[in-house]
Amino acid sequence: MTTKAGPKNPVERYLRMDRMPHIWCPGCGIGTTVNCFARAIEQSGVDLKKLAIVSGIGCTGRVAGYLSFDSFHTTHGRAIPFATGLKMANPELKVVVYSGDGDLVAIGGNHFIHAARRNADLTVFCVNNFNYAMTGGQIAPTTPLDAVGTTSPYGVCERPFNLPFLAKSCGAVYVARWTAYHVRQLTKSMIEAMDKRGFSFVEIITPCPTLYERRNRLGDGLARMEWFRDNSVIRHGSDTRYADIGFQEKIICGKFVDVDRPSLLEMTQAKLGDVVSHRRWQEMSRRQRRPLGEEATKG
Amino acid sequence: MPGYVSAELTGAHYIDGDHATAEGAIAAGCNFVAGYPITPSTEVVERLAGRFPSTGGNFIQMEDEIASSIAIQGAVWGGAKAMTVSSGPGISLMMEHIGLAAMTEVPCVFVNVQRGGPSTGLPTLPAQADMMQARWGSHGDYEIIALSPNSPQECFDLIIHAFNLSEQYRVPVMFMMDESVGHMTEKVVIPPYNQIEVTPRRFTTKRPGEYKPFALDNGSMVPPMVKAGEGYGIHITGLTHDERGYPVMNAQIQDRLVNRLVDKILKNVDKITRVRDDGVEGADVVVVSYGITSRISMRAVRMAREKGVKVGHLRLVVVWPFPEQLVRQLARKVKAMVVPEINLGQVVLEVERCAAGNCNVVSVPHAGGAVHNPNTIYSAIMEAAG
Repeated sequence: MTTKAGPKNPVERYLRMDRMPHIWCPGCGIGTTVNCFARAIEQSGVDLKKLAIVSGIGCTGRVAGYLSFDSFHTTHGRAIPFATGLKMANPELKVVVYSGDGDLVAIGGNHFIHAARRNADLTVFCVNNFNYAMTGGQIAPTTPLDAVGTTSPYGVCERPFNLPFLAKSCGAVYVARWTAYHVRQLTKSMIEAMDKRGFSFVEIITPCPTLYERRNRLGDGLARMEWFRDNSVIRHGSDTRYADIGFQEKIICGKFVDVDRPSLLEMTQAKLGDVVSHRRWQEMSRRQRRPLGEEATKG
Repeated sequence: MPGYVSAELTGAHYIDGDHATAEGAIAAGCNFVAGYPITPSTEVVERLAGRFPSTGGNFIQMEDEIASSIAIQGAVWGGAKAMTVSSGPGISLMMEHIGLAAMTEVPCVFVNVQRGGPSTGLPTLPAQADMMQARWGSHGDYEIIALSPNSPQECFDLIIHAFNLSEQYRVPVMFMMDESVGHMTEKVVIPPYNQIEVTPRRFTTKRPGEYKPFALDNGSMVPPMVKAGEGYGIHITGLTHDERGYPVMNAQIQDRLVNRLVDKILKNVDKITRVRDDGVEGADVVVVSYGITSRISMRAVRMAREKGVKVGHLRLVVVWPFPEQLVRQLARKVKAMVVPEINLGQVVLEVERCAAGNCNVVSVPHAGGAVHNPNTIYSAIMEAAG
């Protein structure tokens, strides 16, 4: 890239500037979420060396490739199990899964619910633009009832997932939802989510003006942001059962869950730590009775 | 498994192939295993779940084989030596991630205790019908290494070799057992751990900023690695990528990357090949076999020799990459090659291709569910000998 005079991007140090320009469309909300994430990292003071980003496939799947930390662009739907292995092998890492709705809760839905159930030590950011955008605007398990997509030209006839409810019922210790309009609240939630031990989850509703908004005649990116401003209702602590998103209906935002429960790592260490220390004690007492090596030959 | 075992199990044991595989993995330094229960491979992960707390490893039972096959790759980037264990249906689910491991050059081991297929097939009975799947199962062009043990002792010895090869070539290694070998109980001798040769991961000596994840050094075709959390800020993607690991969507980079992934294996076939040769020199007929079928073949070869037939036995310990030159040369010296395998003819296709019409190639197929009757192989040898 040629160097140009002028102001630098304030979060440049968190980005791979040698990969700019990015692939996202004008008016897309993913870049906004990345900006919030960069500021969240700055404000949280997380050790950048120990931060790893794992994405799946899709528009949001490209986030990993634009962030300057250790970053992994894995396979469709499998960011969470990759991240689970990464974290288990190196518990010092702060592992953030950053992916889209189709990736995380359609093809990756099974991994999502199990990671929440285990309370795996992961922070999951789900950018929900209500459709599969990379492939041209097909419907997803998050597309609101009656909305139009290329694979549902007459309107969706399946009920979508209510992601905060799904995450909460599976055991997530932190659940929040914001739109791309709520940049300050989102940044704060990202910091809180990364600070939790266990499975924390933030859903971020974003515009997809090229596909979802255009096909459903909802205006451009700016119009959509105005819509988010006027139609979001902030209800912290709200019962997630009522956080469904209907087509062009109010979007309930806020922090819904913030509880403490031992994480997968903590549970594993507690359980196996006991086993190992008990076994070492057994071994020591056995060795006092028998010459070393005798038991080993028994298989 | 006994109630308590110490971390190092040096000595003689009476265990089955599944347990021996687990012990060999521990001896090889494996410290992360993700798996999902499936017959006839489950004993491997059961043993590891019990053993890992004492050896400092992590076992996690994932929600499916898809998750297992990528959790191990996350673990490798976290610095672990990792493997997953399954059988036909589970291995079928893992295929996309075998491609990911090949593309992102993740050293890891996939154990396949083969059973009869297709589909659910014969869960408790042996087969060798996944050999072509092991080689070609994921989409795109790539090369892997596949080993085929024929005894519990070899399960122990070869799984260590599998880990070593995976580190040396940064490639997923397929460990192609079968139900018979997995459930066969025999004497297994575990040497002192300090006498076991273990290939360490080759990490870069470069500093962050200088290091490119897929740049070659010292004339090697295999780039050195780093692990996450050390400040290198690596980017790893399953997309076609350049030396920096950045996605590049064009034919030139694709050509360079895919050819290197294939060449790093195929140009080292001579180093990777491992065969057992029993009287091949001067033979008229050579039996080419691998895995459990090699043990049945030994009996058939002995029977034929008793009848005065000059018959040799070439056992492929490493099946993929295929020892092409070796088989080509052999084909010019013998009358026929007899290839028994517990499938309807998979590796025999490679033998045929390399024989290139220079000798007769006789397939001795078996649809699975049992091993061959030695008489079947014996008859094929006698017929081929004329």
